[in-house]
Parts: sequence; C-alpha cells; structure tokens
Amino acid sequence: MELKGWRDIPIGGMILEAGNAVEYLTGGWRAFRPVHGEAECIHCMQCWLFCPDSSILVDPENEKMAGFDLEHCKGCGICASICPVNAKVIKKAGEELARDDPRLCIRMVEEGKFQE
Amino acid sequence: MSKFEALTGNDAVATAMRQINPDVMAAYPITPQTSTVQKFADFVADGLVDTEFICVESEHSAMSACVGASAAGARVMTATSANGLALMWEIVYIAASNRCPIAMSLVNRALSAPINIHCDHSDVMGIRDSGWIILFSENGQEAYDNIIQAIRIGEHPDVLLPVAVCQDGFITSHSLERVEIFDDADVKAFVGEYKPRWPLLDLEHPKTYGPLDFYDYYYEHKRQQVEAMEHAQGVILEVADEFNRKFNHNYGLFESYRLEDAEVAVIAVNSTAGTIKVVVDQLRDEGLKVGLLKPRVFRPFPARELVDALSHLKAVAVMDRSVSFGAMDNAGPLFLELVAALAFHGVHVPVADYVYGLGGRDILPGEIERVYRDALKVAETGRVERMVTYLSVRE
Repeated sequence: MELKGWRDIPIGGMILEAGNAVEYLTGGWRAFRPVHGEAECIHCMQCWLFCPDSSILVDPENEKMAGFDLEHCKGCGICASICPVNAKVIKKAGEELARDDPRLCIRMVEEGKFQE
Repeated sequence: MSKFEALTGNDAVATAMRQINPDVMAAYPITPQTSTVQKFADFVADGLVDTEFICVESEHSAMSACVGASAAGARVMTATSANGLALMWEIVYIAASNRCPIAMSLVNRALSAPINIHCDHSDVMGIRDSGWIILFSENGQEAYDNIIQAIRIGEHPDVLLPVAVCQDGFITSHSLERVEIFDDADVKAFVGEYKPRWPLLDLEHPKTYGPLDFYDYYYEHKRQQVEAMEHAQGVILEVADEFNRKFNHNYGLFESYRLEDAEVAVIAVNSTAGTIKVVVDQLRDEGLKVGLLKPRVFRPFPARELVDALSHLKAVAVMDRSVSFGAMDNAGPLFLELVAALAFHGVHVPVADYVYGLGGRDILPGEIERVYRDALKVAETGRVERMVTYLSVRE
C-alpha cells in the first residue's frame, strides 16, 4: 500500500471513515491460532460477543459460528477462555487440559506447530 | 457600549468566560487560578451561562475531559497553574496533537519544590514544546482581551490548536485594576458560533480520535502540527486586527515601548513589563535612549519579527522569570531562544540574560534600572561581561 503524505491525511490522526480497521491486517501478530476442535459447538456465540477484533465468522445462512477471520485474529485466546463448551470438556476430563487439546471446542495451537 | 470595572485579573478572565459562554468547562482548583473558576462557577449557578461545568478529581482529569468534550464538538475552556499544569502534562500534549482548540487561562506560578504559590514562569515554560499556542498578558485587561482572541485563534480552520493565555499569579491575577469590559453582545458576536469540523457527536459521520499511529504516519501528523503553528502567526495577527477595529485595543506579536529610537532595550513578558515601562520613562527623562520589547506571542515564536525589531540596538537585556536548568550557562528560555534567533539571522547585538523573580520574589524598579545601566555599559564597550545574572538573589 502506498503511504500518503502529510497533506493528504486527516489531521490529528483522526480516522474519518468508519470501520476501516478491516483494511489493517493484524493476523500476522498472532502467536497462537484458534482452531475449532472436536467437541460439539453449541453456537452460543459467546466467542463472537467477546472477541475484541470481530474475528469470529458467522454463517449468514444459519447464523452459526463458522470459524475465524485469521487475517485479523491476533490469537489472544479470549474465545477459548470464554467458551462454555471448553469449560464443560475440562470439567468432564477431570484433569488439566493443554490449550491445544483436540478434545476442546476452541483450542489454541502454537502457530509453528499448526498443521492443516 | 463597553464599561469600566474594578476587577482582579482572574475576575476579568472569568468575565470573558461568561461572555464567551463555552459549551464545556472542566477544571480543578489550584492557587492562584482558583478564583477564576470559582467566579465562573457562580455564573453557572446563577444561570448566566449554558456551560456544562465538570468538576473533576484532578487536573489530569480536567484536561482529559476538555479533550473529550472538544473532540465531541464543544467549545471548551479551562484554567490552571503550576503543579496543576504539571499534572495535566500528558494530556496537554494530547490536546495539541488531537487538534483540540481548547482555551486555557494559565495563571503563572512557580513549580514545586519547595512548594510555593507565587509567580514565576516555570510552569508555562514546561509546555513550550507541547504544541500549544502561548500568549502572555501584562495585566488583567490583556488577559481579558487575550482570552477572547484565543477562542478565535485556536478554532481557526487553518490552526485548530489549543491556546494558553498567561498572566502573573497574584501580581495581576489577584490585584484589582480598571478593566474595560466590552458589551456581552459584542463579545458574543466577536467569538461567533463554533462550528467544529469533525465532531464525534455527528453520528451520521462516525469517526475515530486518537487511534494508534506508528512509524508509518505519526511523523506526518507531527508535520501537520508544524504547519498549523506556521499558520497560527498570521491568524493571530488577523484576529488582533479585527479585535483592534472592533474594540480599539491594539495587539500584535509583541509590544514595543519607546523602542524605535532606543539604543538599549529590555525584553520581558507579563506584569514586569509594566514596571519596566515606568523605569523606561524615568531613564528617558535623564536623556537615556532606552526601550522595552514585550513579547505577547511566545508560541509560535516570532523569531524574524523580533530580530527585525531589535537589530538597530546596541545592547539587549532579556529578563527571564524561569531557569532552564543545565542549559547554556543555566540561562532562561526566553534568552536562549532569542540569541538563537539573532545568531541564525546573522544579527549581532550583544545580549545578556537576567533571571529574576523566581517563586514570586519582588522585582523592583531599582533592579530594573540596574539592568538598563548594565546594558548601557555593554552598549558602550560592545562586550557582555556575564551571560547570565541572577538578579536579587542573596549571596
């Protein structure tokens, strides 16, 4: 993207176009990638509600959770920590589960270790 | 019709604030500013203004509220002094950088420590690089006139910067003087209605103030602030010209007093300039060719204009009511900037600095006379014996 000169940008760092943060790709900041796991997602949309980067994708057909916008997700893991299905899986397992345990509904996998 | 009233400097400023009738005022009490906002609070309680008066828990919050209100699209005013300004410091920069045209009455007082409530200019000199326009006022009348003009200067579309209007704590802020108060309707017409260009409360056009700004654009936004400062000088003169035509008070970038045919001059801001005028008259009666230059606009610094006004002199003495600790010879900020301007423009006039009046130490006509006599000696010899003198400090 070509950078503009000081005469061609709004003063004071103001952003005059609403919602243009979508043009700023922050996926590259991510160290951990959220992955939809094996446990059955109940589509409660808690992750959508809490995600600070609006990076939970919703299927417009059925309004269900449809994965992650990885161009903007910074991998903060709030979705995984708020997920009530995760809480249930952890409780059921009766043991400390790793963040990337495949039994979780939303697991956080180290970017370097992620495999399709 | 204007009328003359016996007012303190603070009451004169509070009266201007009533006439300006800002949308929002946020302030925290601090001596010697307090009586300004106290008086203004009376106007609010009496229903004489429509202002939303926000009582905050600190000056940091006061300036934060001002920035928020200004971004929302309000005309905003505040007042502070010394440590209050120091506590605001973070947001002082943000106000300028977010291009919020806030008008602030800054009643100059010495910064702690040791704690002291009396006048010097260490507070304002701390924000000289913050991006605020800074005006000085010799007396309550000038503080009144300057705060009215500050609204127009800051809000000008080519400027959009906050403005601090200084006067000397206690010396003028708490002294009764004869102040010409203009008709409410005339002041209202002069300041006009504020039409903010990018108000946050314009919900049809949502926008963001104060986002993250890295190495890719931060520098460009600073460059814009430089441009605004460069426009400010012309706007200050335009507004002064209109003010002069309407109210018949004459303002420029600085005031020259018996300077035209002078051989030596003193440079000083705020109330001391008044005392200096008396000394100038006395020395003129002796036939000595002395004059005064009183800067009104300190930011933007009118370097070229000051140099032109001083180039005919044989000696200049700068009087600084603050110290720039650790600067060249521990001089004062006014001196440092003035000698830089003279040097850059290739004008050789011997200049000496006199630091005075720290923490409210009185400055008396006899001491000012000594400064002139020193300068007259320098004019004869062409040599400055000592760069910086700390006037009337006990050895």
